[in-house]
Amino acid sequence: MTATTDSTATTDSTGTVSGRAGGSVRGTRMIRTLLGPGMARRLVVAALAGSAADLAGVALIASAAWLITRAAEQPPLAALSVAIVGVRAFATGKGVLRYAERLTGHDVALRAQAATRERLYDSLIPAGPLRQRGADLLSRMVDDTEAVQDLLVRCLLPAIAALLTGIAAVVIGAFLLPVAALVLALGLLVAGVLLPAGTAAAARRWSARIAPARAELAARVADLVHGAADLAAYGAKERALSDGMAADARLAALERGQTRINATALGLGVLVQGSTVAAIALIAQAAGLGQVATAVLALTALVSFEPVLPLAAAGERFAGVSAALHRLAEVRETPVTVTEPDAPAPPPEAPLTVEVADLVIRHGDRAPALDGVSLTLTPGRRVAVVGPSGAGKSTLLSALMRTVDIGSGDIRINGVDIRSYATDDVRAVMTGLTQDPYVFQASFRDNLRLAGPEASDGELAESVRRARLDAWAERTGWDTVLGEDGRTVSGGQLQRLALARALLFDPSVLLLDEPAEALDEETADALTADLLDATRGRTTLLVTHRLRGLEQVDEIVVLEDGRVTQRGTHAELVSAPGYYRDLWESETLIAASRASGA
Amino acid sequence: MHKDLLRLARAEPAVRRHLALCLAAAVLAGLLVLAQAELLSGVLSGRFALAALLPLVGVVVVRGALGWLQGVSAGRTATGVKSVLRARLMRRFQESGPAGPRSGELVTLVGRGLDALDPYLSGYLPAAAVASVVPIAVLARLFVADLASALIVLVTLPLIPVFGALVGWTTKTVTERQWRALSRLGGHFLDVVRGLPTLRAFGRARHQSTVIREVAAAHRAATMRTLRVAFLSSLVLELVASLSLALVAVPVGLRLLSGSLHLDTALLVLLLAPEAYLPLRAMGTKFHASVEGVAAADEAFALLTPASGDRAGRAGGTRDTQPREARRAGARPPEIRFEHVTVRYPGREEPALDDVSLVVAPGERVALVGESGGGKSTLLHLLLGFITPSEGRVLVDGVDLATLDLDEWRRRLAFVPQRPHLFAMSVADNIGLGGAASPELIRAAAASAQAAGFVEAMPQGYETVLGERGVNLSAGQRQRVALARAFCRPSAEVLLLDEPTARLDGRSEAAVVEATRTLAEGRTAIVVAHRPAMIGLADRVVRIGAGRIVHDRHSDALTAERGDAR
Repeated sequence: MTATTDSTATTDSTGTVSGRAGGSVRGTRMIRTLLGPGMARRLVVAALAGSAADLAGVALIASAAWLITRAAEQPPLAALSVAIVGVRAFATGKGVLRYAERLTGHDVALRAQAATRERLYDSLIPAGPLRQRGADLLSRMVDDTEAVQDLLVRCLLPAIAALLTGIAAVVIGAFLLPVAALVLALGLLVAGVLLPAGTAAAARRWSARIAPARAELAARVADLVHGAADLAAYGAKERALSDGMAADARLAALERGQTRINATALGLGVLVQGSTVAAIALIAQAAGLGQVATAVLALTALVSFEPVLPLAAAGERFAGVSAALHRLAEVRETPVTVTEPDAPAPPPEAPLTVEVADLVIRHGDRAPALDGVSLTLTPGRRVAVVGPSGAGKSTLLSALMRTVDIGSGDIRINGVDIRSYATDDVRAVMTGLTQDPYVFQASFRDNLRLAGPEASDGELAESVRRARLDAWAERTGWDTVLGEDGRTVSGGQLQRLALARALLFDPSVLLLDEPAEALDEETADALTADLLDATRGRTTLLVTHRLRGLEQVDEIVVLEDGRVTQRGTHAELVSAPGYYRDLWESETLIAASRASGA
Repeated sequence: MHKDLLRLARAEPAVRRHLALCLAAAVLAGLLVLAQAELLSGVLSGRFALAALLPLVGVVVVRGALGWLQGVSAGRTATGVKSVLRARLMRRFQESGPAGPRSGELVTLVGRGLDALDPYLSGYLPAAAVASVVPIAVLARLFVADLASALIVLVTLPLIPVFGALVGWTTKTVTERQWRALSRLGGHFLDVVRGLPTLRAFGRARHQSTVIREVAAAHRAATMRTLRVAFLSSLVLELVASLSLALVAVPVGLRLLSGSLHLDTALLVLLLAPEAYLPLRAMGTKFHASVEGVAAADEAFALLTPASGDRAGRAGGTRDTQPREARRAGARPPEIRFEHVTVRYPGREEPALDDVSLVVAPGERVALVGESGGGKSTLLHLLLGFITPSEGRVLVDGVDLATLDLDEWRRRLAFVPQRPHLFAMSVADNIGLGGAASPELIRAAAASAQAAGFVEAMPQGYETVLGERGVNLSAGQRQRVALARAFCRPSAEVLLLDEPTARLDGRSEAAVVEATRTLAEGRTAIVVAHRPAMIGLADRVVRIGAGRIVHDRHSDALTAERGDAR
């Protein structure tokens, strides 16, 4: 529990530190990188519209104040006509301009968000950045891309409008009474710069403490929901509940702390606005400024705070926004694990011979996942890799699919080093059923078709039949939407859908990672039998932990702790002592245990 | 106003106090604007001496203080309401048994989802309170000051709610349809990112980049269509407010010209008129910002309302049907009897179990076999009390399970579910889930479940924290930790194992089967099994298909039958 909290806190605080160090230079660079082509112009339009709307608001009050106080001096009507027109024009303009600002602002924000997502996705395509990321962190990363919208609509545009309005108000003031303008400028600076900077700093400090508390609560709630059965069966729910409530109480205490800061900023804003106006009224009276000018000055000052005061809230939001954008930048800057060749070799052509020689692969500083593995796949040959979980079976497939990089040793396709091919070219000829296949929120047909965009309906049906998914497909319907919001797909069906994809894609070298995983025994047997039928005469590398049917493959490689400990045919391996024979015996234990049970 | 939410806020004394304080501060600060306008217009028109600036500053200070108070108590209200809701929801999940297919959404709702309540509680509610008091007070003051201006405001003021409702009403269905489309498009990006490894495997990753761009363009077009309409309402409201001000200011100017109005009144009218519209517009804005929170509240309360046919109502009900001591003393496996049990899940035509009768003798080892979805797990869940029979009954030593104290009964069980959940806590806590297990017992349990090897190899051993933010275990390792949990209950009389060796490789499987055999000694064991090794240790095999018992044979008979068939 403590380890969890600590690690999150460190990530967050480092993000904060570098975020603060950057300052405004980083800010402008950030905005520039967020905007795609053509967006700067739209942003300028939105900023102008927003500023104009706020200026119209100030002008409305200023001209109304002038109109009233001047009218009190009872001049000829003609002297007021400009002000009357002004009041009406500013009143109409304010609404229309605001509407224009909102539309253009949101339009550019959505464009910027789309550009951010696209760039993020492009940076994720090469294998690497996404390793070791759980579903929760992944969805948070996607949420982070929404920060771009907030940055523009809730921080940048209001700030520009407030700045221009403030300047305009100060300029008006300077014409009437320079000292008063100075006071106004001071008040606006406090409300528009100091307070937002304060809320931003506070938000950064608090979110560094709130984020781990939030994560802790999420973990407790996830435990309560996903582990409900386990907790009920073991009578442990009360403890889990009190853990959950304690996590909530810690979060609530921190949230209350943060709202105190924001409330203080809110109160201070009101105070600054009021006292600035009072001070200006005092100065104007003391300087003997006329009634008209005094009223215009005071009321302009009062209204000019209106776009400025919300900046305190924007400051708080900005802290969150910049942290989110910083996290995205980190993801984008994560080095890829597999580098593409500068001048890729022409794509390999079938028939393919794949030679793996003395392959060593390390994940970070840990003991090598693969430690000197060699095997050869000649055309039409089927090789099975067996071994306990964690032996490196899936790492071997990842190396062949070029999603992890080779430490030492090499893999050659038709005698050419695999690293000199473009990774996409490698995966176009050598792929299949991978670990953790994914079901997209799309129709069953589309979920299948991603492995064969040009496939005919007949080919789709054939691959489904060979994956023994046809009955389910009939029941479910080809156009039923699968995935999170749609129909749920059981583990077994998911595995078979993945197999159908692999068969549809029909690569020159078919890789199958635990195709029978999570299937019940009978289906697994049937699937394995079908699979071995379907792959006859096809270059195949099968990773499995079940041995039934393996007498049909040409070679079996036993991997233990990243090393090949045994290799040969089924008959050879069963007759020699070792992992394979142990495994085989335990699979065939049924006869023995029946005999002893009877 | 959200009725359920308000009822909840009123029911909790602390929350009620903070809410009252928050609303009072907001309303009072709103009313002080009147005093501020009064003083300012007095000073500017020269009616008040310059000394009136002092009370003006006083009013401003009080307004600032009230603003602070409103913010603080709003925060306390929000956290208070969220804590109460969270506590109720968390308890509710425990009552309603194993998680359903939407469990991911529930986790989000209780965590970040409820935060959407903040804008509603700390933004909309105070704004609504201010809107219900301040405009009337402003109007009253205007009537006293200047009848003509007051009438203009009185006539135009209702236009704001009327237009707001009108525009909202005419665009409601359009926008709702749009938002649904939006959330679908919005979910697309996450979906693609999650499925990236699969896309990469089939060379479709780069292609999706174009799809993302197209979907984003469609998303933007749809959003802008919605916003054009949604912002139209705020355009109308803004126009009503600013044009009304012009409508007030121009005649006032003309009347000043004719000398029929004093300047201080005119300035007061100018300062006060916008304050009549402002609260209503603020309320509208805050309401839009809090729509998501209202939706979250609806969802939460829908979950809290007990559904019919649920066993939740019973959980805390019947207790002490049999004295606890008697149960302890007779620590002997019970006889379990299913009598014509039918289980129907809501929304499914076919019953999960269809008139099943089965007697499991004390100490018997029963393997449940058959196709997935046939009803095997349902049988275990019945015994655990996660579900109740739609028809028929389950008897434990002749006593209807429905009348037993469930906690008491579950204490006699050890259960390994099909997909055991590992909690975000240490390995030791995960194994000793049942309560106060000694470290020795935990170690022994881990050893029996073939988990000791990999647990001890981890950097912090039994203190290693698991979960997304901790150490990830392979499927086989997770299974073994869950098994260790069952082994850590030496007092259990009945073992309920749902495919305990699924996802294990052969060597560990053989070892787990052996360990299960030991554990089953002197206990009743009901094991859902697919793999022959596990089936092999049963002395009776019950085959279940389509909710019915297809075969019920002792294993020697079954072996003979299979032998004939092959």
